[in-house]
Amino acid sequence: MKLIFEQSRPNRRAYRLDANDVPAGNAIPADMRRREPAALPEVSELEAVRHFTNLSRKNFGVDSHFYPLGSCTMKYNPKSHEQIARMDGFASLHPMLGLLPGGEKLTQGALETLYFQERFLSELLGFAETTLQPMAGAHGEFTGVMLMAAYFKDRGETNRKVMLIPDAAHGTNPASAAQAGFTCREVLSDAEGNVDLDDLKKKLGDDVAGLMLTCPNTVGLFDKNVKIICDLVHQAGGLCYCDGANANAIIGRVRPGDLGFDVMHVNVHKTFSTPHGGGGPGAGPVGAAEILRPYLPVPRVVRNADGEYELRSDFPKSMGHIAPFYGNFGVLLKSGAYMKTLGREGMIRVSENAVLNANYLRVKLAPLFDQKINRMCMHECVFSASRQVKNGVHALDIAKGLIDRGIHPPTIYFPLIIPEALMIEPTETESLETMNEFIEAMIDIADQAANNPDALHEAPVTMPVRRLDETQAARKPELAAL
Amino acid sequence: MTQSDFLFRRSGKLPYIANTDADQRTMFETIGCSGFEEMWKAAQVDFPVPALENLSSGMSEHRMLDDFRSLAARNASVTAFLGGGFYDHLIPAAVDAVISRSEFYTSYTPYQPEASQGTLQAIYEYQSAICRLTGMQVSNASLYDGGSAVYEAALLGCRVTRRSRIVISEAVSPLYRRMLKTYAANQEMEVVEVPARGVESDLAALQAAVDARTAMVIVQYPNFFGQVEQWDAFTAEIRQKKILTAAVCYPLALAVLRTPGEMGFDIAVGEGQSLGIPLSFGGPYLGYMAVKSDLMRKIPGRIVGRTVDLEGKPGFVLTLQAREQHIRRESAMSNICSNENLCALTALVYLTMMGKQGLIDAAEQSAAKALFARNELSRLPGVEATAGGFFNEFVIKLPFAAGDAVKRMLPKGYAPGIPLGAYYPGRENELLVAVTEKRTREEIEGMVKALEEIL
Amino acid sequence: MKYYTEDHEWVDVSGGEATIGISEYAAGELGDITFIELPSEDEDYIVGDTLATVESVKTASDVYAPISGTVCAVNEELSEDPGIINSSPEEKGWICKLKDFDTSELDDMMSPDAYTKFLRKLEE
Repeated sequence: MKLIFEQSRPNRRAYRLDANDVPAGNAIPADMRRREPAALPEVSELEAVRHFTNLSRKNFGVDSHFYPLGSCTMKYNPKSHEQIARMDGFASLHPMLGLLPGGEKLTQGALETLYFQERFLSELLGFAETTLQPMAGAHGEFTGVMLMAAYFKDRGETNRKVMLIPDAAHGTNPASAAQAGFTCREVLSDAEGNVDLDDLKKKLGDDVAGLMLTCPNTVGLFDKNVKIICDLVHQAGGLCYCDGANANAIIGRVRPGDLGFDVMHVNVHKTFSTPHGGGGPGAGPVGAAEILRPYLPVPRVVRNADGEYELRSDFPKSMGHIAPFYGNFGVLLKSGAYMKTLGREGMIRVSENAVLNANYLRVKLAPLFDQKINRMCMHECVFSASRQVKNGVHALDIAKGLIDRGIHPPTIYFPLIIPEALMIEPTETESLETMNEFIEAMIDIADQAANNPDALHEAPVTMPVRRLDETQAARKPELAAL
Repeated sequence: MTQSDFLFRRSGKLPYIANTDADQRTMFETIGCSGFEEMWKAAQVDFPVPALENLSSGMSEHRMLDDFRSLAARNASVTAFLGGGFYDHLIPAAVDAVISRSEFYTSYTPYQPEASQGTLQAIYEYQSAICRLTGMQVSNASLYDGGSAVYEAALLGCRVTRRSRIVISEAVSPLYRRMLKTYAANQEMEVVEVPARGVESDLAALQAAVDARTAMVIVQYPNFFGQVEQWDAFTAEIRQKKILTAAVCYPLALAVLRTPGEMGFDIAVGEGQSLGIPLSFGGPYLGYMAVKSDLMRKIPGRIVGRTVDLEGKPGFVLTLQAREQHIRRESAMSNICSNENLCALTALVYLTMMGKQGLIDAAEQSAAKALFARNELSRLPGVEATAGGFFNEFVIKLPFAAGDAVKRMLPKGYAPGIPLGAYYPGRENELLVAVTEKRTREEIEGMVKALEEIL
Repeated sequence: MKYYTEDHEWVDVSGGEATIGISEYAAGELGDITFIELPSEDEDYIVGDTLATVESVKTASDVYAPISGTVCAVNEELSEDPGIINSSPEEKGWICKLKDFDTSELDDMMSPDAYTKFLRKLEE
């Protein structure tokens, strides 16, 4: 399909402005003028809309396809939320308005939505206070780890330079810890993907700031030792960070703060229904225990004695600013709407159905694929394609086979501790019928893997492109049409 | 079970959850459990359900929408002359229509390229558009916002030169400098800020601040005060010392200004909000980063590349992933996992809808209206407007605190600008005024009149 | 004579120069090599330093200096065609050459036979 640039024709236009109603002229220095206009597209509005519409039709999305990507929580994105984000009173609000003298009075509605969500998350997850400023999950991780660093620096414990990270962790964990100035020390997992307690005890020490733990873990299981782990870390003088990527399994049922976690991030684009957008924008709110409160970023939304909302930055121990303003407000409107809609009773309905659905798939798929651990999982079940590999069919081939059957593949090759991993997360918004269709597709694929593996090596064959040469893309990168 | 729990379950009104009681019974039978309690226990979640008393009760979609409508109504609208990196530009209706296509917004990161060619091609086109706008050769698929883009540029500088000192002009947005300070706090990176001279960047002081440990110099163009400055000689000097240069640029201004690429910068970063993204009280926004070709393998974030499939058909994939966190982990280029994909798509659609000429028109009108506003304002007694070349933003000096002026003008329906005193001590009487093509002559004259009334 | 390390690097010493590369096993594990970050000439490396980084589509691997020395030659052809490491990892796919190295550092390394045995153990 042609690039938009290839469709351009000289002088074709889409959008037109009104005529200028002030005298012509400007203050741009003559020698600073761009000599050649930027080679941007020149197409009509219809051509533009048709181009992008046709592009969109090449994508799988949750609205059109079952999307059981493990750990991504591809749940339904409510349309009412889209309406809210576009309400003029929110969409056209300049962020500086809240910071102008007298400006807070004009942004009370916006500030209230932030305040509500901070309180809701703090209560839901078991923390003293929450910041909504991190602009993504990884950004939330960074913020959380920085809170830990600020805490130890404030106490003069500058020797605590090590962060313990399980070998099963997502790559953002060590990357975030490194950005916050820590060196990473790996903690081994046992066969269930849980922290090996003996190894943890060995790795703890005076130089350890804390442990980053994904709960439920990256293999989709709940570790009954979580409380013990947090206690061990605290006894050694460290803090516990909860990576809440898998929070969909526990909201309303478990409060990580109660288990002993001192700080936690969640991903609103996973657990709280905001759209993934093809890879962002999202938001990564961070909950903090009382001891970490002073270090939270500013500005903070505070409710004064008159019940009015203020933006305050007079927190001398704060880590400072991590966002230009208050976070991804337009995204947070959607997660806030979700919290209001589901409310107290709805939260646990989410996790219990997410877990039920995942276990249903686990039991139904168990005859087809190897499973390292076979017990009640949380919101996702992990299989290995090790059986199929014996016939030359890898997790990748299974994924491509699903694409031909109109289903987005599950997560593959993560977590790293399971070879040929297939991580399946249906979420609570899928129906029994959809899940049964998925099971049928997997039965078909398992059958092909056994009897006609070449068909899967060729997959996909029904999409706009066949398998792509990623080696070539990395060896001779072509990254822009100039 | 509380009364509301009971009602919730009985009525089957589980928002966005399909499972009926019958569905659940079928599944319990399959997994061999009598109910949720047994399921949780078998999953090793064996402690009491939290009460969550302080959480509000759920509500219907209708009531929830009403709730938000009244919250939205409690945000007043004023005619705003606010900039500081975030601008109220016109946004063509087609932009929202395109990004509202559910195939774009309900999809995930394109890790399965065969099922994501729409997103992948769009991002490739976005990368291309950013390169064309900035005069650079390689762009990534976006970062969170302008501030984190400045930080990522600093990291890139340290990575490439293996030095750790960053020299940054105070004419770079204070919002970004304070973010940089926070991000770099626990790293080897040393950040040195060089004061501006009035509304101008102090090139001599920047040159003087550079030493053998410096990795990169970061400036803003147009600068935070709106001034358009020439950087060619500066970048040439710095390059001789094998130090990198980065320019924080207002993308819409580049429609009519010489590009950072042309002026010899190694890196162009900034905030893409002005490219069709709603102000939305602070986000989501769009950090862009574009570099010269020799920095291609050092740039952070996702990148889309063009390739071919088995049959030789052209297609697009995420590439150069070996730089990223999911592979390099600790030694990743940064900890960035996601881009602001939908915002990048928004910018692409905006640039397509505005097109080559439309973007120039918007920029020219912004500049013309800004000059008009400045001239009208300088006619007021006691008001001094800065001289010098600017694009659409300038500074005026009032005979009293600018913050007071703002406080008294807001009730009249005008936000006349950003008081500089909050960010630059000693400059409390100065106000940063931004004008875009969206402002009418009537609005400008109204704002001037309102200021006149309080002088 | 070629020597091997447990990190799958090989060192071939001849005429005062030590040529360094990665083993066929390592190249196989990495998959199609897409890029290699080469060291610079005249730079000194101590045993264990990161000498080069080898990237494939899905991985990035550090190549550690198996011995200390100064880089006296770099295989520029790898910049043009990193795939040479896949097609000829132990010959044409050499990464760099070091001079002024300490031969005693070779004592800890494995002979080709010992390396083969080592690989067999790994596969188990």
